Amino acid sequence: MSSLTRAEVAKLAKLARIELTDSEMDALSSEFAVILGAVDRIQGAPLADVQPTSHPLPINNVTRPDVVIPSLTPDEALSGAPAQEEQRFRVPQILGEE
Amino acid sequence: MSLKYEDVVAKYEPVMGLEVHVELNTNSKMFCGCATVFGAEPNTQTCPVCLGLPGSLPVVNEKAIESAIKIGLALNCKVAPFSRFARKNYFYPDMPKNYQTSQYDEPICFDGFLDVEIDTEEGAKTFRIEIERVHMEEDTGKSLHMGGATGRIHGADYSLLDYNRAGIPLIEIVTKIIPGTGKYGPEVAKAYVAELRDILRSIGVSDVKMEQGSLRCDANVSLRLIGADTLGTRSESKNVNSLRSVERAIRGEMIRHAELLNAGQKVKQETRHFQEDTGLTRSGRSKEEAEDYRYFQDPDLVPVAPSAEWVEELRKSLPEKPSAHRKRLQEAWSVPDKEMAAMINADLLGTVEATVNLGADPTKARGWWLGEISRIANEKEVAVEELSIAPIDVAEIIELINKGELTDKLARQVVDGVINGEGSPAEVIAKRGFKVVSDDGALLSAIEKVCAAMPDVAEKVRGGHLPAAGALIGAVMKETKGQADAAKVRELLLGHLGQA
Amino acid sequence: MIRKNASEMAAALAAKEISSVELVNAHYERIAEVDGQVKAFLHLDKEGALAQAKSVDDARAKGETLPPLAGVPVALKDIFTQKGVPTTAGSKILEGWRPPYDATVTANLKKNGLVILGKTNMDEFAMGSSTENSAYHPTHNPWDLTRIPGGSGGGSSASLAAFEAPLALGTDTGGSIRQPAAVTGTVGVKPTYGAVSRYGMIAFSSSLDQGGPCARTVLDAALLHEAIAGHDVKDSTSISAPTPKVVEAAKRADVKGLKIGVIKELQGDGYQKGVLNRFNESIELLSSLGAEIVEVSCPSFEYALAAYYLIAPSECSSNLARFDAMRYGMRVGEGDAESVMNATREAGFGREVKRRIILGTYALSSGYYDAYYGSAQKVRTLIMQDYAKAFAGVDVLVSPTAPTTAFKIGEKSNDPLAMYLNDVATIPVNLAGICGMSLPSGLADEDNLPTGFQIMAPAMEDQRLYNVGAALEAALLSKWGAPLLSKAPVLGGAK
Repeated sequence: MSSLTRAEVAKLAKLARIELTDSEMDALSSEFAVILGAVDRIQGAPLADVQPTSHPLPINNVTRPDVVIPSLTPDEALSGAPAQEEQRFRVPQILGEE
Repeated sequence: MSLKYEDVVAKYEPVMGLEVHVELNTNSKMFCGCATVFGAEPNTQTCPVCLGLPGSLPVVNEKAIESAIKIGLALNCKVAPFSRFARKNYFYPDMPKNYQTSQYDEPICFDGFLDVEIDTEEGAKTFRIEIERVHMEEDTGKSLHMGGATGRIHGADYSLLDYNRAGIPLIEIVTKIIPGTGKYGPEVAKAYVAELRDILRSIGVSDVKMEQGSLRCDANVSLRLIGADTLGTRSESKNVNSLRSVERAIRGEMIRHAELLNAGQKVKQETRHFQEDTGLTRSGRSKEEAEDYRYFQDPDLVPVAPSAEWVEELRKSLPEKPSAHRKRLQEAWSVPDKEMAAMINADLLGTVEATVNLGADPTKARGWWLGEISRIANEKEVAVEELSIAPIDVAEIIELINKGELTDKLARQVVDGVINGEGSPAEVIAKRGFKVVSDDGALLSAIEKVCAAMPDVAEKVRGGHLPAAGALIGAVMKETKGQADAAKVRELLLGHLGQA
Repeated sequence: MIRKNASEMAAALAAKEISSVELVNAHYERIAEVDGQVKAFLHLDKEGALAQAKSVDDARAKGETLPPLAGVPVALKDIFTQKGVPTTAGSKILEGWRPPYDATVTANLKKNGLVILGKTNMDEFAMGSSTENSAYHPTHNPWDLTRIPGGSGGGSSASLAAFEAPLALGTDTGGSIRQPAAVTGTVGVKPTYGAVSRYGMIAFSSSLDQGGPCARTVLDAALLHEAIAGHDVKDSTSISAPTPKVVEAAKRADVKGLKIGVIKELQGDGYQKGVLNRFNESIELLSSLGAEIVEVSCPSFEYALAAYYLIAPSECSSNLARFDAMRYGMRVGEGDAESVMNATREAGFGREVKRRIILGTYALSSGYYDAYYGSAQKVRTLIMQDYAKAFAGVDVLVSPTAPTTAFKIGEKSNDPLAMYLNDVATIPVNLAGICGMSLPSGLADEDNLPTGFQIMAPAMEDQRLYNVGAALEAALLSKWGAPLLSKAPVLGGAK
């Protein structure tokens, strides 16, 4: 039966950008033991030679013509912004690649 | 005290891998109808889809698919009868959905090649660059880093985001590893990017302006001892955004790797950023662990399954390949191999061709671009394409010389003026007051004046001693402050003295 | 008038017996009276609704030809964007967000002259079966205010059962329309995947999500279905074929000669006795109406719940990545962008949402993808094959909608797995992309609470649901003598 250690939960939380509290990590770690136990049933399914289905619709090639349609106004685009400046979204400093 | 390139290639050979991102020149974005105009006011070309607003959904631009297939065909790739979009999941503020819609294990085109020719000591040599895949994805927004001293990300206090670029269709072209180029590695890489750019331009799918970022290159390099089978540890240089930089970045990385290896150290597998100013790469922020992108098929999009008929139709629509086109030009212009190679190597073939298409003589056009203009670029340590002189200017200058309205000497000054931003050739001529004195009346009065001042010499010429005319011509040129056409002066002078 | 069906309201409006403004005001009065107890709504847009009602009345006064439901009020699940009106998906992370655009469903409602009363409560990002996961407040089941109204669309189902609205919109990823309908004694339909545009419907699990109608009768649901369904160029997964004629089917209501398959795997252990009793009675009724009843087996359904709890969290972990405090919604925390993202997502998402994001992140991560997400997709294939085989021999399939009646608020909130089991009978429909309906089948003997009867039909055969559903509904109505909802306790004042 699968389960996740607290450290594994912490790693996943980092990947998902969620700063879980210690107690949340403890709780999730024990809940996952139960949930993964249930989803692990899937390993017993007769899946050899079965093609995966990523989507229920058997359709291909849905495209739109290369035609410009009006954009939002900058005011509309920025209407939900937590902060803005010079018609741009203002965000905290980005630490990362240049 | 860095290692010499010759010493590096005497011991090691590079193994390269190149990833080129091309922004397509579609009217609208990859997954929404927003415009793609470069340089538009911030956040004026955005909508719920490219801002990643909750509830919005992507719909693929059919022109982007067409362009991707054309690129694949031009690069001798197979076109997948069935391919899908996948989500590449990672967080970054310039990426509105915090996943990039891309293609993963099912690219639209794969397994192609591109032959590039470079001039070596043993003559022209062709290298075959194998193409791993061509896939579709979307561009990210642009950030401005504010505060701090440098305007760079490091030390910035905050950033401002403009999503106009977010969602512009990108095609990523990935090579297989490129071994066997030896000391020509950097040149081969540059020639590959140049050839690729020419192909993309010829099929009309992109503006391919490296300076505007519509063509970007990431270069992977590793070294191995000559003759070794194993691959060394590679580094990836990002931000390599001009042809010259491709060559410089790879050369620089080869030297850096060799220094590390010679000192018994290890090359770190990492992403580095090429610095245009120093020509060196700088280590990026090291990540504690490799990103786990958690790719999966994008459930908001359906598969792309181009029909064989459509692919054939697109194949037929492709124009002449740049290599064939070059051969045709060389014949039409009767250019010797060496001159042709020089033009290609200087990346000026297209420019010369454009000048010729505007009516200029091929030899003269080539002479200006590879001569005076290249000399100025060299002097200024910039690429010719960065100089503010265009084929139309050069064509105009050549035309003025043909008409006798400019001398070669004045024309050089006009070129200088155009490059200095003084305007078109006509404007430079007007501003600098250059005017070839071609008015017969004005010239004749100067001639009369000179003959009157130097009667002995004039008499000699009149008597049939033609070499004496040189002194008179020189004096006329001086009188007209160098703005007369010497040939014209000679013709008029001899006529005046009864020797025509 | 508020206790009438939507079709009756539409008729009264067309006959000018009542104006839309009056009808809308009557509903707002009802909401004022009972929503303090039921708590079905997160936001009311009185101004917008009355303006829309007035424009419908004006158009009618001028003698314009109006769509069938013009002037009828509707409640919109808070997962659909509505331009300028707060849209939260039940989450704190979107508190105060006013979208700059309408969902296609919202636009279709407006185009059809429906009047949007307000936004209904839901489990945060549609993750839940009880509406207890709403970041704002739980919704109470009008049948028993101490019980859940189902979920995730508990606000919509409760608003119908409490006569706060005659029609409502839901979304169904694993049963979020059908299960709330079952436990509130109302009707809910999950149309074929791709029949109703997902554009502007805040995504939970893109390959499973589907918007659909909620109503008090099968015919009302059909009318709403036709108003919202249809091809949408803004949704790549939208079906381009014409919408099945569901209103016509609901009026036909004739099961004579039809073959109805009872799914063996969706009954028995885990199903409440009263639920099964009502289910079996309905089967007998259908048989008495001339349908042939056969038992069919869908052996892969055993793995459906596991597949669902891998696919939905995986897709949601990616769909919900955009809530990062940069462009809209909540922003908390100090320091660099990454720290602010981490802090905002911690503070802005509720427990269940975080649980599923982490689970999905795990299922997609390298080294686990094949065993989890990959296997789940294969199970999906098996389930589709089971359905295909079953539908080869029958016209529709049936089962109880939910294994139990409404449970007590708080009863299962600390047991995620027990909560997930509520969806065991509804999930296979989503995995296969086919259509399903829940309609009331009576009250369970043990607790006198509503039970639901589920009908399933192949993709783009939605009319079969309405035909069979309407036939059963009519038979049950004549058996009971009055609609089931007339047996619900009276809420509010002396009315």
